[in-house]
Amino acid sequence: MRPDMVLIILGMGVVTFFTRFGAQALFRQVGVPTWFDRWLRHVPTGILTALIVPSVLMPQGRLDLTLHNDYLLAGLLSALIAYRFRNVALTMALGLAAVIALRWLGN
Amino acid sequence: MFAEKPLPVKRAVNAEFWRAVGDSAPVMLGVLPFGITYGVVGVSLGLTPAEAILMSLVVCAGAAQFISVTMIGMGVVDFSLIVFTTLLINLRHLLMGASLAPYLTKVPLGRQAVLAFVLVDESYAIMINRIRARGYDESYQLGTNTALYVTWATSTILGVAMGEYIPDPLAWGLDFAMPATFLAMLVPRLVSRTSVAVCLTAAVIAVASALYLPGKWYIIVACLAASLAGGLLEGGGEDAA
Repeated sequence: MRPDMVLIILGMGVVTFFTRFGAQALFRQVGVPTWFDRWLRHVPTGILTALIVPSVLMPQGRLDLTLHNDYLLAGLLSALIAYRFRNVALTMALGLAAVIALRWLGN
Repeated sequence: MFAEKPLPVKRAVNAEFWRAVGDSAPVMLGVLPFGITYGVVGVSLGLTPAEAILMSLVVCAGAAQFISVTMIGMGVVDFSLIVFTTLLINLRHLLMGASLAPYLTKVPLGRQAVLAFVLVDESYAIMINRIRARGYDESYQLGTNTALYVTWATSTILGVAMGEYIPDPLAWGLDFAMPATFLAMLVPRLVSRTSVAVCLTAAVIAVASALYLPGKWYIIVACLAASLAGGLLEGGGEDAA
């Protein structure tokens, strides 16, 4: 291992840990104000949505709302399965099967 | 500061720990191809196998690792530039940490710091899903973290070892395991008009900003705008999702 590369990796580790623990350490000291907590409650829904939607609507980095977008079709199917069965493993398994099948049919 | 006793292993690794490992399985399948790809790409862009693995063990952040090895591959071996880029890419974790903070006030500081070390998109999603359904549990968070950390490390080692012998693992479509799993966690949250509005706001702003902003900024912008909208819509505060 090269010393300069190890230093870079350690630096990356330190700033990444700061982003993960910084807000938690701060709120541990000062507590979470009520108005802020009302706002924080929506962070999970916001982050989940922000993680899902671009990866499904723009898998290649540009918006693709056509039927050629396997991720969009499988995403719609997964949303229906999630709504109907409320089961994480089942949604993942059927969604993944849909993507693989669409890819196989497409090629 | 770290004077408190660690939780005895026997008490920490309990039924909730293993339940979390089981609940993490769908996401682990989604992480696997990314870890393998990172291992393959890292070595092909000029990291030694030991450096590529060390980065997964120390940083444990997929997007930041991909981008930094790409920079290293382009010859940008500059400490401040790579570390600053890593900071920017990972800023979204501040929001996740803030959102978890109210549930961890009873966990001792040292243990909270250890748990924060593996606060990644996937462990956060699994944890908020558990909190929504059955409340917070420290052993559960430890279980999720351990499962994802071991998966990330193992898949990096696999990628480094297999090198260019394997075809692109992301071409199979395995990466869809992640959005599908997150969808299954999102849908049960959409129980009120406010939460649907938060979701729609986040969706529109995430796509718009993913088109124009670099890196992972779209997650931060979308989440800030959506939760701000949620807080304003709610007013009274009884309709939270």
